[in-house]
Amino acid sequence: MSILRNAITSSLGMDAEFKEGNYPASVDFCVVPRGKFVDAAKAMKKVHALLAAEWATDETLFGRGFGVFACYRWGSEYLIVKIELPADDPIFPTITNKFVPAYRFERQIKSLMGVVPVGLPDSRPWIKFEDWPEDAWPLRKSFDALKKMPRVEGTYKWIRAEGEGVYEIPVGPVHAGIIEPGHFRFQAVGEDIINLEERLGYVHKGIEKRFESLSWQDGSRLAGRVSGDTTVAHSLAYCMAHESMTGCRPPQRAQWLRALFLERERIANHLGDIGAVCNDAAFALMLYQMMRLKETLLRTNHKLFGHRFIMDKIIPGGVLADMDQDGKESMLSEMERLAEEFERLVVIYDENSSLEDRVRDTGILIPEKARELCVVGIVARASGLNLDCRTQNPFPPYDLIKVNVPVFIYGDVNARVYVRIKEVRESIRIIREILRSLPSGELTSKIEMPSPDTSGFAAVEGWRGEIIYWLQSGPKGEVNRCMVRDPSSVNWLGLEQAIHGNIVPDFPLCNKSFNQSYSGHDL
Amino acid sequence: MIKILRQIFRTGIVTEPLPPEEGAVISEVGTKLEEAIRRRFMRSLTIRQVDAGSCNGCELEIHAVNNPIYNCERFGIHFTASPRFADMLLVTGPVSRNMEIALRRTYNATPPPKLVVAAGDCGCNGGIFGETYASLGGIDKVIPVDAYIPGCPPTPVALLNGILRAIGNK
Repeated sequence: MSILRNAITSSLGMDAEFKEGNYPASVDFCVVPRGKFVDAAKAMKKVHALLAAEWATDETLFGRGFGVFACYRWGSEYLIVKIELPADDPIFPTITNKFVPAYRFERQIKSLMGVVPVGLPDSRPWIKFEDWPEDAWPLRKSFDALKKMPRVEGTYKWIRAEGEGVYEIPVGPVHAGIIEPGHFRFQAVGEDIINLEERLGYVHKGIEKRFESLSWQDGSRLAGRVSGDTTVAHSLAYCMAHESMTGCRPPQRAQWLRALFLERERIANHLGDIGAVCNDAAFALMLYQMMRLKETLLRTNHKLFGHRFIMDKIIPGGVLADMDQDGKESMLSEMERLAEEFERLVVIYDENSSLEDRVRDTGILIPEKARELCVVGIVARASGLNLDCRTQNPFPPYDLIKVNVPVFIYGDVNARVYVRIKEVRESIRIIREILRSLPSGELTSKIEMPSPDTSGFAAVEGWRGEIIYWLQSGPKGEVNRCMVRDPSSVNWLGLEQAIHGNIVPDFPLCNKSFNQSYSGHDL
Repeated sequence: MIKILRQIFRTGIVTEPLPPEEGAVISEVGTKLEEAIRRRFMRSLTIRQVDAGSCNGCELEIHAVNNPIYNCERFGIHFTASPRFADMLLVTGPVSRNMEIALRRTYNATPPPKLVVAAGDCGCNGGIFGETYASLGGIDKVIPVDAYIPGCPPTPVALLNGILRAIGNK
């Protein structure tokens, strides 16, 4: 028996009804009475589990009401706790008092599904802007996604700070660089930031609702556009969740190629980020050098797989791109060149004292806070949390590849850069290993339609961190709900906390070292 | 410091004359672009990029246009931080409902000639996001567009080409 399952059983006893789902073996699923939702959270907190996601479903098509799900993670285990709510009384007790990140998830559940968390300390909407009609709950089945929404009057209540010398700096949504839109509001005294409040939702495109109108096949294309820089990992997570529902097992060669794409995406983005962090500390050389290396990777992607970001090459049941012996050799020599050039640049990064002065001790997210906020990915690993789905929930072929996970405890900008540096090295090694042992065979397996009212789950370590997809099929086997949890959904909270006590000019640096996705968060 | 200098000299200038595969087309585009920018914009075309709701795929390629290999500055193209200094808005989409007002405001803050280029399939017609409660579709549903650059995302070469088309149009 697993630790999480044990904890729930010993705390709730017969109230927790465990069910078999079409989930991977590491995922347990149970239904508890509405009144026991907080008790379940308490039990999870007791065994030091982290909250991975919280979401709601509209199950009226099955003649039921709403469902609220909380997904917890501990080590290699996931546990999904569900409560069922009647359609005419869609309220549930908040778990924010136990798990801080639930605060954003629950605001989102309330805003988009109209299911109300009782006792949530912050009742402001999230993603739903003040000019939306109050009863617009897009994720409900009764909501017509194609109908335009009127704009209504409304205001958003910002957190205020008062006192002598306190002033506010509003930034965005249109930022100064080539980046995505979002609003940041700083309260500062002199140069010192006393508070940062984020407001996101500007790029909300109705992705989760859109999934419900697409076929299962087209879903992988949409997943590939949840966050363009993570196109491989998102489409992979979607496809794996879909495959878990149908029992489909992609051919071995496809699984290895998927890992190859994933690692190439990781290297490309890490290179870009390392360069961009240095650029924000006015060290432009590094940006241009890294961009140069990144461009060579993208060109190889285009040459071998037909797309610079390997978009739309992962489909349910397999992959659409292959490589031959020539491609293998050219990639091996590419990795050799890359490794050599990269190491040279790392030395320059290490030895530049004025750069060091900017990146060290800046934007610290201490391990205690990182754990409290349940952050994932690079951000977590730079703050002492050893989290990586590739080692903890190894999906094939990672069950055969050993991944060394770098963990730092300082939690500053430098630590986040260094996690990336070490991961680039590791990914180069993994790519070499994949190329050595790439099995031959088919690229796709046949995939069936899921049967009605089943659900699927997948967690994939993208370059930012753990991406979770949870899918549910409707009465006709169509997509009833697709829940997307990008790492950004939790990691944005980390930025707000890391910025305390820093100076305003260091914000771009901190922000870049997090580099969270706006699109992946807003959906 | 010596390592930095050595790296700089070792790298040399990596800017490509123009990507060999599109060779003929692009050298033509590049020359025309430079020529048009010289004639119409006093050698300097200033672009403000606006993400009106994209998935950030297009942004990656717009970054690439600025990398040392494509090096758009050699044609006189410069990305600015403020719409007040911009000759052109390079907008990626679809326009999300939550960004509509910000996009209109950015457009209003831009001085003439206010060229607008819609980049990416979503910017052209809403792409896979379509027209829904949250997505208004292509950029031209909100502000007038001078040129369209399809592609998901458009390659750096396609972006340069599209920018040229926009200057040529007016």
